[in-house]
Amino acid sequence: MDVNLRILRFDPEAAPLAGSPPKPHWVEYKVSVDPMDRVLDLLIKVKAEQDGSLSFRRSCGHGICGSDAMLINGRNRLACRIRVDQLGKKISVAPLPGLPVVKDLIVEMSGFFGKYRSVKPYLINDQPEPERERRQSPQDRARFDDTTKCILCAACTSSCPSFWARPEYVGPAAIVQAHRFIFDSRDEGAAERLEILADEDGVWRCRTIFNCVEACPRGINITRAILEVSSAIVGRRG
Amino acid sequence: MDHPFDAIVVGAGGAGLWAALELAREGVNTAVLTKLYPTRSHTGTAQGGVCAALGNLEEDHWEWHMFDTVKGGDYLVDQDAAEILAREAIETVIELEHMGLPFNRTPDGKIDQRRFGGHTSNYGEGPVRRACFAADRTGHMILQTLYQQCIKHGVKFFDEFQVVDLLFEGDPAKGGRAAGVVAHRLADGQLHTFRAKAVLLSTGGFGRMFRITSNAHSLTGDGVALCYRHGIPIQDMEFFQFHPTGIVGIGILLSEAARGEGGTLLNDKGERFMANYAPKLMELAPRDMVSRAMYQEIRAGRGIGGKDYLYLDVRHLGRKVIEEKLPDITDFARIYQGVEPLKEPVPVQPTAHYAMGGIPTNVFSEVVRDDKGTVVPGLFAAGECACVSVHGANRLGTNSLVDLLVFGRRAGRQMARYAAKVERPQPIANAVEPMRADLDAIRGREASGESVAVIRKELQDVMMDNVGVYRDATLLTAALAKVKELKARNQKVAIADRGSVFNTELLEAQELGYLLDLAHVTVAAALARTESRGAHSREDYPERDDKKWLKHSLAYQGKDGPTLRYKDVSITTFQPKPRTY
Repeated sequence: MDVNLRILRFDPEAAPLAGSPPKPHWVEYKVSVDPMDRVLDLLIKVKAEQDGSLSFRRSCGHGICGSDAMLINGRNRLACRIRVDQLGKKISVAPLPGLPVVKDLIVEMSGFFGKYRSVKPYLINDQPEPERERRQSPQDRARFDDTTKCILCAACTSSCPSFWARPEYVGPAAIVQAHRFIFDSRDEGAAERLEILADEDGVWRCRTIFNCVEACPRGINITRAILEVSSAIVGRRG
Repeated sequence: MDHPFDAIVVGAGGAGLWAALELAREGVNTAVLTKLYPTRSHTGTAQGGVCAALGNLEEDHWEWHMFDTVKGGDYLVDQDAAEILAREAIETVIELEHMGLPFNRTPDGKIDQRRFGGHTSNYGEGPVRRACFAADRTGHMILQTLYQQCIKHGVKFFDEFQVVDLLFEGDPAKGGRAAGVVAHRLADGQLHTFRAKAVLLSTGGFGRMFRITSNAHSLTGDGVALCYRHGIPIQDMEFFQFHPTGIVGIGILLSEAARGEGGTLLNDKGERFMANYAPKLMELAPRDMVSRAMYQEIRAGRGIGGKDYLYLDVRHLGRKVIEEKLPDITDFARIYQGVEPLKEPVPVQPTAHYAMGGIPTNVFSEVVRDDKGTVVPGLFAAGECACVSVHGANRLGTNSLVDLLVFGRRAGRQMARYAAKVERPQPIANAVEPMRADLDAIRGREASGESVAVIRKELQDVMMDNVGVYRDATLLTAALAKVKELKARNQKVAIADRGSVFNTELLEAQELGYLLDLAHVTVAAALARTESRGAHSREDYPERDDKKWLKHSLAYQGKDGPTLRYKDVSITTFQPKPRTY
C-alpha cells in the first residue's frame, strides 16, 4: 500500500531565507509499504530511497533502547513500535515536543538526562555487603517492578503539559526512576530523594493529566508512581 | 580538540560500563565514549538471563558450567578462559545484586534461576536451573544498573561521539602502544582526539552484515574493523551464531527463556521435531544445533504450510508464567507479528545473532596480536567485540552477558594497573587528518555515486543467503566475489547530506566500510575452514576434523584481502569428544 508520510524537517545549517534563520517545515513523501511495517521502517526507507539527509536516532529497532521516541500522528511513541496498519494511510512525524530540536527528528537530550541524574538514580545502601545476595521477598521485589521497565526514551516527559509550561519541572521520567529506588526494600536513600522531589520543581508540578501514561511505550503506570512518591513525601512530613 | 585522559573506554554497553566503574573506583581519570547514549547500548536487549552456578534451586557447580561452555563451543573454547568465566560468573552476579540489580526472587528471597539451552547438571545429564534473571529484561537491568553505578562514581561520559580511528605510538603490529582515539562528535561533526595510556574497545558485535538479524542498527563492528585496519588480527570470524527463534522476516529475538520455561518447537505436523536431533535436551540443545534442525525441517517440507518457518509454542505455560516471566517477548509477538502467544503458536525462524569471533585477547582482556600471545601495550577489548575465547565455535545462551561482566571487570582492573605504571602518550601531530580526509572524500563526492543503502542491502543479502546456517564452497566462493565487488563499489560511495550537524548518512557510510571489511574476513575464514564445527556448518565437509582444525583462525589485513594464520586452542581439563545432547 502507499502511505502519505509527512515529516517535520529542520536543517540548522540551511541558508537563511530573506535574512531569517532556518525554520522547521513539513515535507511530504509517498512511500510504498507493507501494512505490518513500523514507522521506523518508513523513515529508513525514505532515507535510503528519497533523501539521505533525513536524520533521526535509532538503534535496537524493537522498543528497548529508547532512541526513536517521536511525535507520530499527534502522540508520543517509539517509531519502531507502531505499525502502519495502526495508523492508516496518512502519517505525520515530528520531533518530541517541548525539547529543543537539533536537526529533523533529533532533539536535545542533555537536559532530560541531567534531570534523571538529579534524583540520585542508583542504589544507596552503606551497610556492609553480605557474602551472598541480599535477600528480598518476591512481594518486596514486585513493589517496584513497574518502574524498573523505564527505558529513558523521554516520551512521557515531553508529553507533559506541566513540563511544557515549566521546563524546570523534573518531569515524569525522573520521578519514575526515583520511584524505582524509593520503593526498593534494599535502598536507604529514600529520604534524600524525597527531599529533592519535594522541591517546587518536583512532584507537585504533576497535575495528573495522564499524558505520560498514554505516551509510555513500556506501559508503566507513571501517574500512579508519581502519586506514590507524593504520598511518601506527605507521609514523611506527617 | 585534544582531551588528555588516563583511560578511554569506547562503547557503553555492559563490558565498557563495568570497566569504567572499576577504573573510577581506582581513581583513574577515565572517559567513556559512545556513539549512542549509554542506556541505548545493545546489552539492554538481552532478555533471558545470566548464568552463574549459584545453586539456589538445585545442585550446581562452576565446573559444570565450564564443561557446558567448552562442549557448547564444540571444543574450540580456550579452557583457561572458560574456567575464569564460570568461576567469576558467581561473584559478578552477586556483585550486580549488591549494586541493586532487581533479580527475580525465589520464595525465600534468593536470586531466582531458570533453565537455558546447553546448561546442564553433572557434565551433561540434563538441564539445570543456572540462569539468573530479571523477568525477560535481564540485559536492560544490567545496563541500567551499571550506568547507575557509573553516575554514582562520577564517570565522565562523552555521549554521541563516534570513534572513527585508533591512535598508536609506533606501529601496533610491531610493538607500538595504544595512545588514544579519534572521535567524530555527532552534534557538530567536529573531530576530537582523546589521548590516553589505556584504551578499551567494547563496541559490540556486527550482526548488521546479515539481512535477518536480532542486532541493533548500530552494531557495525567499529572497534573490530579499526583494529584490523591497524594490522591487528581478528580471530575466529567464521563462527557466527544464528539464534533459532527470531520473528519471521525481521529477526527480532524471542528469548531462549521461552524454551527455558518449557516452550516447545513444532513443525507443520505438530511434532516436537527436536526429539529427532537432541533427544536428551530437546528444545534446550545449543543454538547451533536447534537452528540446523529447523533448516532440516524446512528443507524436508515440514515448515509451517511448507514455508520457511516453524512454531514456538508457549500456550501450555499458562497466563501467569507468560506474564510474569516472559512479558516482553509476548509483547514483541503481539506488536511485530500480530500473534497472541497465549492463544496461538508464534512463527519463528533463525536470526543472525552473535559473533563468536573478534579482537583476540588474553584473560586480562589485553589485545594480543599473534599466535604467541604478544600483547599490544595499552590496548584492551571486552564483550562481543573481543574473542578471549570463551565461546569457541558456538556460544551458549546467557554466556554473552557472563562474558561481558567477567571480562569487562577484568579489563577495568588491568587497565588501572597498567595506567599506574606508564606515562601518558604525547599528542600526535595531525592525528585527525587521515580520518578528516576520508570523511571529506565521502562528503565531497558527486551525489550520483554509489548509495550506502544499496551496497548495504546487497551485502546483507549475500551474507544471509550464502554465509548463513549452512555453507559450502560454491556458496562461499560466490560470496567472496560479491563482497570484493561491493568493496570496490564502496570506494565510490556518495551521500546527499553535506552538513556537519548529525550527519547520520556520513556515519552510516563509515559503518558500511567496517561491515564490508568484516564480511570479507568472515567469508574468507569460512571458505578456508574445511570442516563443520559449532556454528560453522559446511555441507561439503560435514564432520568435525580435530586433527586438522582444532585451532583458532587469525585474519590479518593483506593487500588484496585477509591473510589467514592459526593458533592453538588451550585445552586444560576436557579432551574433545563427539558432541551429542
